[in-house]
Amino acid sequence: MEFETVVGMEVHVQLDTESKCFCPTSTDFHAPPNTNVCPLSLGLPGTLPVLNKKAVEYSVMVGLALNCEISRWSKMDRKNYFYPDLAKNYQISQYDLPLCHGGWIEIETSAGKKKIGITRAHLEEDTASNTHEIGGGFSGVDFNRCGIPLLEIVTEPDIRSAEEAYAYLTALKQILQYLGVSDCNMEEGSLRAEANISVRPKGSEEFGIKTEVKNVASFSGVQKAIEFEVARQIKVIGEGGTLVQETRGWDADRGITFSQRTKESAHDYRYFPDPDLMPIVVDEAWENELRERLPELPAARRARLEEQYAIPPYDAMVLTLSKGVADYYEAAAAAKADPKKAANWIMGDLQALLTEAKQEIEDCKVTPDNLAAMITLIEDGTISGKIAKEILAEMFASGKAPKAIVEEKGLVQISDTGELEAIVREVLAGNPAQVEQFKAGKDRVVGFLVGQVMKASKGKANPQMVNDILTKQLKAL
Amino acid sequence: MSEITKADVEYVAGLAQLSLSDAAKEKLARELGDILTYIEQLNELDTEGIEPMMHAMPLTNVLREDKVEPCLPRELALKNAPNTDGEYFLVPKILGGSE
Repeated sequence: MEFETVVGMEVHVQLDTESKCFCPTSTDFHAPPNTNVCPLSLGLPGTLPVLNKKAVEYSVMVGLALNCEISRWSKMDRKNYFYPDLAKNYQISQYDLPLCHGGWIEIETSAGKKKIGITRAHLEEDTASNTHEIGGGFSGVDFNRCGIPLLEIVTEPDIRSAEEAYAYLTALKQILQYLGVSDCNMEEGSLRAEANISVRPKGSEEFGIKTEVKNVASFSGVQKAIEFEVARQIKVIGEGGTLVQETRGWDADRGITFSQRTKESAHDYRYFPDPDLMPIVVDEAWENELRERLPELPAARRARLEEQYAIPPYDAMVLTLSKGVADYYEAAAAAKADPKKAANWIMGDLQALLTEAKQEIEDCKVTPDNLAAMITLIEDGTISGKIAKEILAEMFASGKAPKAIVEEKGLVQISDTGELEAIVREVLAGNPAQVEQFKAGKDRVVGFLVGQVMKASKGKANPQMVNDILTKQLKAL
Repeated sequence: MSEITKADVEYVAGLAQLSLSDAAKEKLARELGDILTYIEQLNELDTEGIEPMMHAMPLTNVLREDKVEPCLPRELALKNAPNTDGEYFLVPKILGGSE
């Protein structure tokens, strides 16, 4: 039997506000444990939550960017459960009236473009974090994270493969970063993804039994977890077994999912409207005001870059993956760098340097102006492309202007005919065997001789001129 | 008349992590049933065409600006904790997954 994969995703994203969702405490949860806490995040009696306006605005902006309808009326509800990560024994969330609902996002995979439905996006508070490294039979609870605004984004079960899930997460993260509403750092937990996974016989309309995979630390981990889980479910069905609806963890080291809850009690969160919080009304005027604050989103920017700078679709795609890179590219192009060359340098050498240094382009010491200046130095023949690589590495390390490095290190390209002719003569005299081969008709040794000249000039010789002079001298022999 | 069974009381008590004596369960079953019966009077009203009310107060959008204000010093935050190491609230070791 042939099976079809059915996946729905739930993503929790921390909204990048200064203060928490319902109290004016700082959201810096890297501070020493329990130093960003207040009576409200500790759930002390007599406290009253007041909703952070920016958290609502960011939520609506995400909703708009995901083509959602924005609820005119919305409210906060209490989700009741006992767990040491919430002192007041309920989480403030949204139940039946989320801020945003009914949207979609476009993804692209090897199979082409596809829309994934967004069921809803609702605002809720984050919980405390627990550490189990305390010892002595204790866990430690740190309330710094408790109360940080989270937006939970839920998709329709529209995802049909692990690859699509990966594409969805990538597209979503890209939009969130462009909006500037979250740093989307998965390692630090500002973006958390869960996948609801099931399989069904191809052509069937009914859904199979789903499992929920949680606590996956990377997008590629999510992709692998789905691949594993789909194979596992198909195997269970094939062997005549029964699947259990359960939460499963992902063991990245072993590449397997494992059952997490043995004692599965039916969840009954007894949601009810939080009487401490008033309904939220997003009227048309507010919605429009927020719509106007939306930046150019990735898909639009990609199309514009391709057109405006006449660069290949692939370049436009790579350059717009992150807003930082796209901003950098446009700044370099504005500084009069040749658009295609700037794209090549950014996607190639600069990206390699960034990757090696584990640095983001925003922190890069090479300013877009300096990159443009370097490209101009190549174009006007001051330096060769090869020397430019060396200069870029130096710019990357020191932040110096390319011209200063060229002067300091004497890296100006040798374009003086007399000087080059002398070097070529020397190289020919030093390599009689290759000269003989050339005379015997082996043209291929020219490449080797060019290399020797470049080496003798420490890479500074103008390669085009070397070619000409060398050919001329060889023929004259 | 709404009937609340002993099993209903046990279920709700379980969710609230309360342990009740048999006598208390019976008393609560009766009382909860009475409360529901009382509330059920509302069912007699015709609510056709009436928008559901979201809150008893006629207020909306009670919001604050995103500004940080001084919070609770850690010594104070931890002061009433049954158990702490000076940094964390200590609780019996948590087993299993998080919510």
